Amino acid sequence: MTTDILLEWIIKIAVVIGILLTAVAYLVLIERRILGFIQLRVGPNRVGPFGLLQPAADGLKFMFKEDIIPLTANKFLYVLAPTLILVPALMTFIVIPYGDSITIFGRTIPLHVTRFDVGLLYLLALASIGVYGLALAGWSSNNKYSLIGGLRASAQMISYELALGLSIVGVLIQAGSLDLVKIVEAQGGWYGLKWHVFYFQPLGYLVFFIAALAETNRIPFDLPEAEAELVAGYHVEYSSMKFAMFFMAEYANMITSASLGTTLFWGGWMGPGVERWPALSLVYFIVKVAIFLFIFIWIRSTMPRFRYDQLMRFGWKVLLPLALLNIVITATLVLITS
Amino acid sequence: MEKALFIVFAVVAVAAALNILFQRNPLYSALSLVGTLMALSAIYITLRAQFIAAIQIIVYAGAIMVLFVFVIMLLNAPKEGPHIDKQKGLRYLAIPFAGLLLAEAFYVIRSVDLAEMPATDSSSRAVGTTWSVGTSLFTDYLLPFEVTSVLILMAVVGAMVLARREGD
Repeated sequence: MTTDILLEWIIKIAVVIGILLTAVAYLVLIERRILGFIQLRVGPNRVGPFGLLQPAADGLKFMFKEDIIPLTANKFLYVLAPTLILVPALMTFIVIPYGDSITIFGRTIPLHVTRFDVGLLYLLALASIGVYGLALAGWSSNNKYSLIGGLRASAQMISYELALGLSIVGVLIQAGSLDLVKIVEAQGGWYGLKWHVFYFQPLGYLVFFIAALAETNRIPFDLPEAEAELVAGYHVEYSSMKFAMFFMAEYANMITSASLGTTLFWGGWMGPGVERWPALSLVYFIVKVAIFLFIFIWIRSTMPRFRYDQLMRFGWKVLLPLALLNIVITATLVLITS
Repeated sequence: MEKALFIVFAVVAVAAALNILFQRNPLYSALSLVGTLMALSAIYITLRAQFIAAIQIIVYAGAIMVLFVFVIMLLNAPKEGPHIDKQKGLRYLAIPFAGLLLAEAFYVIRSVDLAEMPATDSSSRAVGTTWSVGTSLFTDYLLPFEVTSVLILMAVVGAMVLARREGD
């Protein structure tokens, strides 16, 4: 029995990480195609049909590029930093419920790798660990642009983590659990009107979405790598696969943010017909996440970048008070309705 | 299984803790401390204290130590070790204090009821879960909890007053 469960876990972890890495590779391609479409140009469409083999070509290219370590860099930390970013980014996905239970070969398999009492705190903990990678990458390269990029990245992530954490509290008050599976189950019924984004949490979702954009260092919050002033920020000295690891971590974090937003606010895998065909839940989850990823890319292609003082003022003086206000409103509403 | 995990993480925790002391570079010391905190968090999980484990990472490794690392990077600490010749007398004082700390720790460990420490109860209300920590914070320990929060608020206000330049 125990080996059964262990085997199930190992298979699930392998499948989830495999899918995540494939999704990361194709997300880069899709982002480039959508950017091209919005900017009235073609985008990468040469390698394979519609450019579908472009990720493979990119991967090969990354592997065969020369791996340069700057002479004045701190070698140990320079090599460690990309790992410190990528590993937490890949570890996040084990607690996200990507579907209801399905039955294969007479065995009921819940569509999440694992669940535990503090699933949401686990995600926040991994997000806060990711800061080390950015800061150390910036510092160990021994380059002024990298250092400024790394410092900006860590300051920004610490500031917006607060707003992110507080924006989730409203959901926790309503769902009464930190377990992501239970949070999804709490949103069932009323034909989707119980999804937290409709059910008392629109303000919470707004704060969450903006803070999540900032946490993933995307435009308009990509100050850490602002090309115009910092060349490329904390990863300017990195090349070859190490550079690719930063890239993969960024896109994995994007997927995690989109999945977390879906799970907490948009009903997770809920949707019409899930009770009769549980496998549909997986489809709903993927469609919802894809919509959010599209919105991320859409924002990237249409927004200018913040100035640094604007970014900090916005985080501390607008988002944080809004998140606190949301907690007060939610607590009051829950008290009245219960 | 749990014993094996405990041994692995205990060795990591102690090795990283020793590394804090032996490193000359303050950045490496700070990073070793992060390693110790993570290993401790893993040990908490083997004791089924998931909430404390997660909070340990979020608060200590994720917030406080990031600020430490941040400050060390900004100050760009000198390569050679710090000068500590001036306080040579204090070094001998350290031995009795260390002994006192060990005695205190031993006394506390002796008096704790170890019978229910690795909670075997796996229900959602067992010791160590979010439910039990939250409930005891807001019922039995409400006064200490609130007093601590006031203390922290005072520290924050104090820091802002001190950091503020004249004329701003």
